[in-house]
Amino acid sequence: MKTFDLATSSIRELNQALHAQQTSLTEKEWRVTNSKGDHNIAVGLDADLQVDIHGHAGYFCAGMNKTASVTVHGNAGQGLAENMMSGVVRVKGDASQAAGATAQGGLLVIEGNAGARCGISMKGVDIVVKGSVGHMSCFMGQSGSLVVCGDAGEALGDSLYEVHIYVKGEVKSLGADCIQKEMRPEHLEELSGLLAKAGVDEDPASFKRYGSARQLYTFKVDNASAY
Amino acid sequence: MCGIVGLYLKNDKYEGKLGALFEPMLVAMTDRGPDSAGFAIYGDDVASDWVKLTLRHPSDSFDWAGLADQLATALACEVDWMQNANVAVLKVKATEISVRDWFAENAKDVLILSAGQSIEILKEVGLPENIAAKFNLEGMKGSHIIGHTRMATESAVTMEGSHPFSTGSDLCLVHNGSLSNHNRLRDKLKREGITFETENDSEVAAGYLTWRLNKGDSLKVALENALKDLDGFFTFTIGTKDGFAVMRDPIACKPAVLAETEDYVAMASEYQALASLPGVENATVWEPEPARFYIWERK
Repeated sequence: MKTFDLATSSIRELNQALHAQQTSLTEKEWRVTNSKGDHNIAVGLDADLQVDIHGHAGYFCAGMNKTASVTVHGNAGQGLAENMMSGVVRVKGDASQAAGATAQGGLLVIEGNAGARCGISMKGVDIVVKGSVGHMSCFMGQSGSLVVCGDAGEALGDSLYEVHIYVKGEVKSLGADCIQKEMRPEHLEELSGLLAKAGVDEDPASFKRYGSARQLYTFKVDNASAY
Repeated sequence: MCGIVGLYLKNDKYEGKLGALFEPMLVAMTDRGPDSAGFAIYGDDVASDWVKLTLRHPSDSFDWAGLADQLATALACEVDWMQNANVAVLKVKATEISVRDWFAENAKDVLILSAGQSIEILKEVGLPENIAAKFNLEGMKGSHIIGHTRMATESAVTMEGSHPFSTGSDLCLVHNGSLSNHNRLRDKLKREGITFETENDSEVAAGYLTWRLNKGDSLKVALENALKDLDGFFTFTIGTKDGFAVMRDPIACKPAVLAETEDYVAMASEYQALASLPGVENATVWEPEPARFYIWERK
């Protein structure tokens, strides 16, 4: 295991060292210490790495992640795992706004709460939040899944495309074109798989499913006069 | 952008080190606001029949002693004063209104940055570290302090346009964000008798709170009204005589993070600014919710 101390080295040096593993993988396990809310930690990784960040992370931690597994042993700031492609990003504490924004694949696990706009414009990532999510979560979400074991804030799933949303607790309000849907066997199966993958012990039967009413994003010829 | 930082002590453990703990917090927010910086520090209270003012004159060699003597003679009262760079803190055994009236008549080139029993506001154009050094922030003592680093978006980079803005006796405001209805609101507040020094949008928010508080609103009610009447993006931190308050708009796109231990409550735009505080690694750290205000005050 290689230890990288951010008290004595810069974020740029860390990220360059991690990126170097992309061409020749010599060190799989990395331990990052003394992160004190620094931005852009472990951004743009593209190798089979396990990175453990000890301390809180600032903005855009593990952004654009591909293949790697990144764990933050603390809280994470805005834009966590933004545009992640694959791999796993896990936060032991809370995540700020726009976690998993535009992410296209992989698994994002937030063990605490997530702030506003969690999964905004997500495009294929699976997000599992053990706590609650803030307002406008999954706004314009296109594909993938969002699992919330706590509550969801206002306007959940506003202008939603095809993300599958599962919420165990209360939903403060649903956004435009987002509705509660029937939980069929295939959805219970999908949710069980997501909870198992995230290592979260919850009963899938206690969740409700939400999705797009599909009234907003497909053009209807009957509405032509409105344009 | 802009950065906000605040540190409120729950007991007297760190009172002697308030400035030393706060300086790295302010400097950590330089990336968010390199144009100007300022802070409002509370402590060294005067008795209830005294008033404390922070005054600024453009010249470093202004004759503060002469000004204090004139004031003491004119109002026939005790005056105590100390100079800090081109700013002076004046303690006067008189009412705030009588002192303000005297300055309006006799010292038009002296700007009153703050007035109250406890507050001192210091602010300037330039890098936060230079401003902290200029006023010897590191050596300051007190019970709580809020500060701001500015990256101007809505109006010019001037000392007058920098934060904190005084919003009444012992009250001040710092703002991260931008208001979209400030021009119309400024006109309305002018008709209500509120005066403005700049075209700055944050000064309108400060003027709005001054107006509501003058109308008899409690701070809580004034903030509730602000949520209805201010349009735009904001994270506000408001300094009061006994503590501070934090509020974000309902959209909450401007960041804020709070940390609390048994000794203090700290607020910052980004966690980085809190990282130097003692015991912060074991603090409760969370993000304030939108459209909800948080108030800490010593009882």
